[in-house]
Amino acid sequence: MQYDDPKFWRAGAISTTVVMAIVLIMLTVDSLRAINAGGSHVPPYTVINRHIDYTYNAKLAREIPVIGAEELLFGKAVGAGDAAALIDRGKLVIQSRACIDCHTFMGNGAYYGPDLTKAWLDPVWETWMAITGADTKEEAMARFLMEPDKYATWQRKMPNLGLTRDEAVAMVAYLKWLSSIDTNGFPIHFGRINVSNK
Amino acid sequence: MSRSKALAVKYLSAAVLFFGVMTLSGLLSAVYYINPDFLFGVLHFNTAKILHIDTMIIWLLMGFMGAVYWFLPEEFGREPVGIWAAEILFFVFVAAVLAVAAIFLFVQWGPSTETTLWLVQQGRKYVEAPRWAAVGVALVMLVFAWNVVGTALQARRITGIMAVMSVNMVPLVLLYLIAFPAIDNMAVDLYWWWWLVHLWVEATWEILIGCIMALAVMKLLGTSRRIVEGWLYIEVSLVLGTGILGLGHHYFWIGTPDYWLGIGGFFSALEPLPLLGMVVHAIYDAGVHRMKTTNRPAFYWTLAEAFGNFLGGGVFGFMITLPQLNLFAHGTQWTVSHGHFAFWGAYACGVLSVCYIALQERRKLATVDGPGWIWAFVLLNGGLVGMVGSLLVAGMAQAFFERAIGGSTLDAFIAGQENPWFTLGMYSRFGFGLVFGAGYLVLVLNLLALGRREATLALRVAPAE
Repeated sequence: MQYDDPKFWRAGAISTTVVMAIVLIMLTVDSLRAINAGGSHVPPYTVINRHIDYTYNAKLAREIPVIGAEELLFGKAVGAGDAAALIDRGKLVIQSRACIDCHTFMGNGAYYGPDLTKAWLDPVWETWMAITGADTKEEAMARFLMEPDKYATWQRKMPNLGLTRDEAVAMVAYLKWLSSIDTNGFPIHFGRINVSNK
Repeated sequence: MSRSKALAVKYLSAAVLFFGVMTLSGLLSAVYYINPDFLFGVLHFNTAKILHIDTMIIWLLMGFMGAVYWFLPEEFGREPVGIWAAEILFFVFVAAVLAVAAIFLFVQWGPSTETTLWLVQQGRKYVEAPRWAAVGVALVMLVFAWNVVGTALQARRITGIMAVMSVNMVPLVLLYLIAFPAIDNMAVDLYWWWWLVHLWVEATWEILIGCIMALAVMKLLGTSRRIVEGWLYIEVSLVLGTGILGLGHHYFWIGTPDYWLGIGGFFSALEPLPLLGMVVHAIYDAGVHRMKTTNRPAFYWTLAEAFGNFLGGGVFGFMITLPQLNLFAHGTQWTVSHGHFAFWGAYACGVLSVCYIALQERRKLATVDGPGWIWAFVLLNGGLVGMVGSLLVAGMAQAFFERAIGGSTLDAFIAGQENPWFTLGMYSRFGFGLVFGAGYLVLVLNLLALGRREATLALRVAPAE
């Protein structure tokens, strides 16, 4: 074999690419099975009717979402169709307001605002219930999303993006569902450490 | 000058123009970090950020297209088959980019409907442009691919470099179609989105710039086609051999199975190999030709491309690619540091090199040299390295204080952002951003002045061997 002949290296390039592409396709088929709603890593959209927690699993040596007893969102049970419609609307809110160009989802996006992967589980919402005068966490989140400029508590404020009540509710539903995804332990230590920036 | 080369000059000029828009919007984005009230209620961070990253994609794409249209007639000995379509689409492309920029600036967002995604923006990072504009970009890419592949077929001859480029056109066009869907499930959405971002940027774009730089090296140093093509095939093997499954390093935390931690970590750790190969080859070529060339700015930008790609894409990427470290660095300014260095080294320097190659021939200059390009080179690279270092410091502070110690809640995020190491990094990034901006201005002045004043002083440089 002539190593200084470009044809030798061309054969290597073609075979390497073909093999790697085939492996990627096989892994993609398996991964999509796991991450479709209702798959092994991503709960169905109706998980918004349940309590969600994020606890350390000693066997896996990382945190995992734990789905608990019934915990209705805004006090209403939603069926599969309504849950899917809420998630669809929530995703449209995220895209139409370009949320990902300030925040990150699963660490992807921009870095001007906090990561929203487990935002539903953030202990800070207890404080925000008092600030917004809401009785529940989801209500506090909805009120904040509709008028973030009114409730600004930090020097970097979130602008008012004109969310309607329905859009805010859909967004909260989306964040609750998002927090139930098994993200292999990202973000680590979430909500387990009390941080004071005062 | 051929129609293809005339079109190339238009594309390269537009690329340099949008490079300026990217720089300006980047500076704007940096201001928000040190003055959060800046333009509040008028123009928010996300709009500045969208302009910054989208114009980066656009100017680099235009630069690639300019480079390819420049070299096509030389490779095939004829005009591209669809040059008339490419000429029309150039103006459509520029008009569409300006229209989208105006929509981003003055409309900004819309209600949560499909209409917003079609007319205002899609809200997906890097591909925020509304669907009508994305259709236009797809059309431009399609005509671009037709001009490469179709011209090869019509010419009934093809070089190794153009064969690689022709095959590369298929994924380049197909992967862009991922810019359109709005999948509800964020895990699935991100899964395919990374096919677009990673397999474009870390695979097809790498191959495309590899082909462009191969043509540039032959022109600048007179390196033989046989050697260049051999190296190009090796680079393709290594880039795709490591990069296709290296895609897995983006699948650590998006809900995908944990086998991606091992696969993604292993293959992405190997991704610096082809970039190291480029550095070795660049040093070897430069040594063989004793650093002599008739176009020093093009030559030095080529060297900057090889080193920048290796350091920014390879070394800085390797720093955060293993899952044990990525767990803390992911989604912080550390990532931004790597991103800036990688895009600059891998692509921007290469496009700037081709700009100088094109100008030398267009203005019929025997040699290109002088102090202007050196100032631009030093200011741009110095500013960029300074920004990258500043972001690295800020990102490390974020990884320690927000992620590792704080646990990534809102309070932890704020604690990280208020940490003195982080704020120092943000001020420093802005300062070096100004240096970079000054470099851009000098670059434009130098490109405009080439051949009119400066090149006449440059005859002291020895001709290429």
